[in-house]
Amino acid sequence: MAIIVEKRDLTPITSLFEVNAPLIARNAQPGQFVMIRVNQQGERIPVTITDSNRSKGLVTIVVQVVGKTTHLLRSLERGDRILDFVGPLGRPVELPKHGQAALVGGGFGTGAILSLAKELAARGVEVCSIIGARTRDLIILEKEVRASSDHTYLCTDDGSQGFHGFVTGQLEALVRAGMAFDQVVAIGPIAMMRAVAETTRPLGIKTQVSMDPIMVDGTGMCGACRLTVDGQLKFACVDGPFFDAHQVNFAEAIVRSKTYAEEERAALTTAVAAGG
Amino acid sequence: MPMVQLKKTPLPALDPIQRRLGFQEVSLGYSPTQALAEAQRCLLCQEPNCEAGCPVGVPIRDFIKLIAEGKPLEAVRAIKQVNSLPAICGRVCPQEHQCELKCVIKGKQEPVAIGALERFVADYELAHQGAQTSVNGYHRNLVNSLPGKPTAKVAVVGSGPASLTAAGDLARTGYHVTLFEALHVPGGVLMYGIPEFRLPKSIVAAEINKLREQGVEIQCNTVIGRTITIDQLMHEMGFGAVFIGSGAGSPKFMGIPGENLKGVYSANEFLTRINLMKANRFPEFDTPVKKGQRVVVVGAGDTAMDVVRTAIRVGAREAYIVYRRTEKEMTARIEDYHHAAEEGALFQWLTNPVRLVGSDDGWVRGMECIRMELGSPDESGRRRPLPVAGSEFLMEVDTVVMALGTNPNPTVSQSTQDLVSDRYGHIKADPATGATSKPGVFAGGDVVTGSATVILAAGAGKRSAQAIHQYLNERRKAPTAGAPAVGC
Ligand SMILES: Cc1cc2nc3c(=O)[nH]c(=O)nc-3n(C[C@H](O)[C@H](O)[C@H](O)COP(=O)(O)OP(=O)(O)OC[C@H]3O[C@@H](n4cnc5c(N)ncnc54)[C@H](O)[C@@H]3O)c2cc1C
Ligand code: FES
Repeated sequence: MAIIVEKRDLTPITSLFEVNAPLIARNAQPGQFVMIRVNQQGERIPVTITDSNRSKGLVTIVVQVVGKTTHLLRSLERGDRILDFVGPLGRPVELPKHGQAALVGGGFGTGAILSLAKELAARGVEVCSIIGARTRDLIILEKEVRASSDHTYLCTDDGSQGFHGFVTGQLEALVRAGMAFDQVVAIGPIAMMRAVAETTRPLGIKTQVSMDPIMVDGTGMCGACRLTVDGQLKFACVDGPFFDAHQVNFAEAIVRSKTYAEEERAALTTAVAAGG
Repeated sequence: MPMVQLKKTPLPALDPIQRRLGFQEVSLGYSPTQALAEAQRCLLCQEPNCEAGCPVGVPIRDFIKLIAEGKPLEAVRAIKQVNSLPAICGRVCPQEHQCELKCVIKGKQEPVAIGALERFVADYELAHQGAQTSVNGYHRNLVNSLPGKPTAKVAVVGSGPASLTAAGDLARTGYHVTLFEALHVPGGVLMYGIPEFRLPKSIVAAEINKLREQGVEIQCNTVIGRTITIDQLMHEMGFGAVFIGSGAGSPKFMGIPGENLKGVYSANEFLTRINLMKANRFPEFDTPVKKGQRVVVVGAGDTAMDVVRTAIRVGAREAYIVYRRTEKEMTARIEDYHHAAEEGALFQWLTNPVRLVGSDDGWVRGMECIRMELGSPDESGRRRPLPVAGSEFLMEVDTVVMALGTNPNPTVSQSTQDLVSDRYGHIKADPATGATSKPGVFAGGDVVTGSATVILAAGAGKRSAQAIHQYLNERRKAPTAGAPAVGC
């Protein structure tokens, strides 16, 4: 049981929550996630930790509505309780100790790159953050990302703000302009992460992605989250969530992520109709 | 002299047609009259072979004698000296490979139904809870009032049979026990793995409630190694000792092509979705599961039987077990195998999958198999299955479940320095005490042995509880310099 101490709506479909979870805040490291269950009938879903404050015992998460559980989660308010809030799970991301790094965040993934940006800034790595969204109203946490990055670039698919086009276009432009990234980390929708992988592969830049497959327990017990990485079977919840983007079998991961597309759509429609 | 009853007193079971309609317990248990009749079949041997067949040495002859004398509560007390979980073990132990295998009357007659009798007395006790406390004498207050009582804190990791047993014994000895479970429900495999129709969850819940009454604090949603590390437990939170019973939860796959198609599950995933998350009741519950029409389960252990029977209950028209050896080598309990067959499960013995074939949109649609024959015995003493060249054939399927066994979950060992495990991730522990390479840290159950049985896990928990008590006692008497003091 974890109490929500602060809620901030970032866009019409995205909210930021600060949750009281002192044990998790104490041990959380950049790139880890929590498993959340909203009510007794609920499913367990993974959500990336955006930030944690050890002294206040708070964990920050950003939730974008994609299905019923995220819909229910977003309808919670300050003072409400989250039934199950477990973490920090997964292996912390391995970040470079110096040089230049690009962080690419798409959609809710922008929340996830924030803790990485802070960590890199603390290490003295030069950070370029590229954040993308369909349109300007959906860009989140711009101020926070700017505060922890040396350079911040916005991209919108419709050109309503910043670079007109995908985050990969911006990334390529930066490399052409002479940025020599030691590492790229991309977090967001799977299609975006695949596009980033294909952009950096010919450039030979080490790239990590945060895989977000369907999970049940999030502790390594079920194998629902399995992926093929470099021809090997991996469980995203315990071996990941970060993997070498050039080794991930994205085609397979994309197919697997749609296993319950029908059920998810039906459940969301019912939940929205019920006003829940 | 009563007439000798050659066969076991039949154990009543739910009608097979009715079973398909839900998850009600199949095996119904003895009535007092039936239990008495069965107890009277026991010869009360001077040197009971059956007890040598029990991995933890339950005093079988004595408890059966007590049943025959009409003292079921005393019988259960005798069992609990050695095994804290008789209601569970009576239901799930592979008795035909253990105690009942060694019963002297076996051969000419059927062995005494020891498992069913164990279950009978345990259920009798549960139904007469009030009486239980007075006869058991498990009075925490009593222990606590003793001078020089141990008040140290002990942490127990996981909540399967190993941990439940260790926690109970330590609490009754007077320790402050906190049990940390990663999932949102305590009970381990007993809750998320073994289905309701074989082990009603109310039985597991009763054991857990008993622990709470004995003062055990249960903290779910806590992954040791992540939420709290073992070192934090010991050096920051004041736990004098830790017992690790984190099980062997990590499922194995075959490594054949097509295993990541949609509709392919591990047994753990399939069972967890249904037992723990109630996916069979989607959309009332939010977790979905594909309810296959043609389901194939690979493997023939207890887990495989549980999956095939679950698949039948959630609507499979055809549900197969595919196993590369024969019925004779399968490891499933015989009672469950019979129940599965009665419920309509189909068996393809001497058959091994070679690849899975998918549709254009990535759903599993076929399983190519090859027939096998048995060669000479392998390391396990069982005859080695060998493929028959050219015998490949295709099975039409829409759901495949891999029930191939499990490895330990790596989280605890990876996050704890100086805790030695083998290359498969089994924590190395002294079989007599559960002591690991790290002082004050003990381990037992599947995390040490690899996937085994409930009774072996429970036995390990019991031995570790004693060893922890001894360890803490010694520390109390002679606290070593520099180490955090154990006690108040
Ligand atoms: C489907 C199925 C059917 C079976 N049927 C039988 C049967 O009929 N008879 C029989 O004797 N045996 C059976 N077994 C085997 C038996 O269940 C196991 O041998 C036994 O449960 C092992 O007990 P354990 O206490 O070691 O661990 P488990 O029961 O595996 O419990 C371990 C617990 O620890 C938790 N955990 C893991 N890591 C952490 C962590 N880092 N922090 C906190 N908690 C953690 C897990 O979530 C789990 O709840 C079956 C197993 C399965 C899967
Ligand atoms: S979510 Fe179950 S193993 Fe990863």
